[in-house]
Amino acid sequence: MTATTTSARSELSELGRSETALRTFLHGLPGVDQVGAEQRAAQLSTRSIKTTAKAQAIDLAIRMVDLTTLEGADTPGKVRALAAKALRPDPADPSCPHVGAVCVYPAMVPHVAEVLRGSAVHLASVATAFPSGQAPLEIKLADTRAAVAAGADEIDMVINRGAFLAGRYKEVYDEIVATKEASGDAHLKVILETGELATYDNVRRASWLAMLAGGDFIKTSTGKVPIAATMPVSLVMLEAVRDFREATGRQVGVKPAGGIKTTKDAIKYLVMVNETVGPDWLDPDWFRFGASSLLNDLLMQRTKLTTGTYSGPDYFTLD
Amino acid sequence: MSERVAVRKTYKLFIGGKFPRSESGRSYLVQSSNVSLASRKDARDAVVAARAAVKGWAGATAYNRGQILYRAAEMLEGRREQFVALGIPGDEVDAAVDRWVWYAGWADKLAQVYGGANPVAGPYFNISAPEPTGVVAAVAPERPALLGLVSVIAPAIVTGNTVVVAASATEPLAAVTLAEVLATSDLPGGVVNILTGAITETAPTLAAHMDVNAIDLTGVTDAALATDLEVKAAENLKRVLRPAPADHDWSVDPGLDRMTALLETKTVWHPKGV
Repeated sequence: MTATTTSARSELSELGRSETALRTFLHGLPGVDQVGAEQRAAQLSTRSIKTTAKAQAIDLAIRMVDLTTLEGADTPGKVRALAAKALRPDPADPSCPHVGAVCVYPAMVPHVAEVLRGSAVHLASVATAFPSGQAPLEIKLADTRAAVAAGADEIDMVINRGAFLAGRYKEVYDEIVATKEASGDAHLKVILETGELATYDNVRRASWLAMLAGGDFIKTSTGKVPIAATMPVSLVMLEAVRDFREATGRQVGVKPAGGIKTTKDAIKYLVMVNETVGPDWLDPDWFRFGASSLLNDLLMQRTKLTTGTYSGPDYFTLD
Repeated sequence: MSERVAVRKTYKLFIGGKFPRSESGRSYLVQSSNVSLASRKDARDAVVAARAAVKGWAGATAYNRGQILYRAAEMLEGRREQFVALGIPGDEVDAAVDRWVWYAGWADKLAQVYGGANPVAGPYFNISAPEPTGVVAAVAPERPALLGLVSVIAPAIVTGNTVVVAASATEPLAAVTLAEVLATSDLPGGVVNILTGAITETAPTLAAHMDVNAIDLTGVTDAALATDLEVKAAENLKRVLRPAPADHDWSVDPGLDRMTALLETKTVWHPKGV
């Protein structure tokens, strides 16, 4: 490691100490070329992935799915069924891999933990007053600790968008640091809720802010606002994790969530990951899809490839 | 002033209420026009569109479905000259309009004729009512290109099914024009999906597709292909309509068979109470 990188690293770690330094750094990040980002994302969507490459992509995408249910109507029975599906997505085909994780509300974590115990499937819980994040810090931290105590090994936190948009970056930073501490050994995914950040420049700033504060993953959306994950937003975030690793040596994962419903969409994202940050991120440890209905489409496409006939939604569970 | 150059029509597929080109980008030359050559994926997309349309169409009132079909007949009548220009005899266009109206009338009558109260030995009401099967795949006869196509589509959709139909491969222009008629007659997108191209390519995909509930082999002339399609259809117990005989006369009264073959009977037992 060269001297410059080392000094750059220590400089970056100092940023969180003062509001001014943080603002100067974040506003000093190069602006995002909106048209360029959208065109690049559109261009990457045109690749044709077929046969064996497609089969490989589908299995990888299944392993990357964070099978999610975040409804007020979630019951212990429903989340247990979902966890069972996570372990064995296609009961008819033992060669089908398990998904990356199950993602639920904190109150549902114990029920999922029962089913997943001893398996390689992770258990993610949203926390910090998901989805709005509009609660006092102590409550957010208590929410986080409760989820970890109940058995979650991944925490999906939301950033304080109100503070971020008002320019109080230090406050957002400190909340992430505090949540990271409260999560202990659990992986921390930081939800930026890009649909509420309005500009790509803000997405880039929020990505850096989350990474500087110690987030292990940056995630696009809660899925609770009309604009969820989009290709250009994910592209901006992928560029941010790439630049961050170059600057600091630390690799951060990316999780687009919401609105990714088809195999075609998922494969577009995988192409974008490969072309933007390279194969280092083509792994469930570094890239995840927050999704629920995506899994069934992946399974149907997988069945098509293995059996040669198109399957239908009648043959897969609803949730 | 330069001479005006005619704007020629691109003959495309009809899927989900839209007119896309084949996903494969292919076309074939037929009737002096370039017509889209549908691929397996187009068939798959058409089934997805047809499935999405089932809920709304099967859930619409029979009266409403009849009205929409009648509207389609009006539009068909209005484009009579266009079909004639494509080489369809005027008599055949008239017969197709009449056939369409005839089926439209059955929309709110079939349940009375085909369903009803069953006498049972117990204190129950026992009622049978016909319900649509779901997504129907169909192979239209090669000719008559228009009357044959109408005679396959109308009986399937009037009861609330949605269809994916492989049009005549040798005379597909009437089918594409019929799609334009349907697109302008309040018929919800996806209720009728029309594929042009080789039946040997689209029909096996449709026959094997697990999300198709019935297959109408009317237009299949090759006996070996028909057998193969029936075997594929057996995988998920699709209802199968066997190919029509080569000398079938499409102008005669079709009867109820084409409608009733694509229905499921729901029977309800209800205690009479006091």
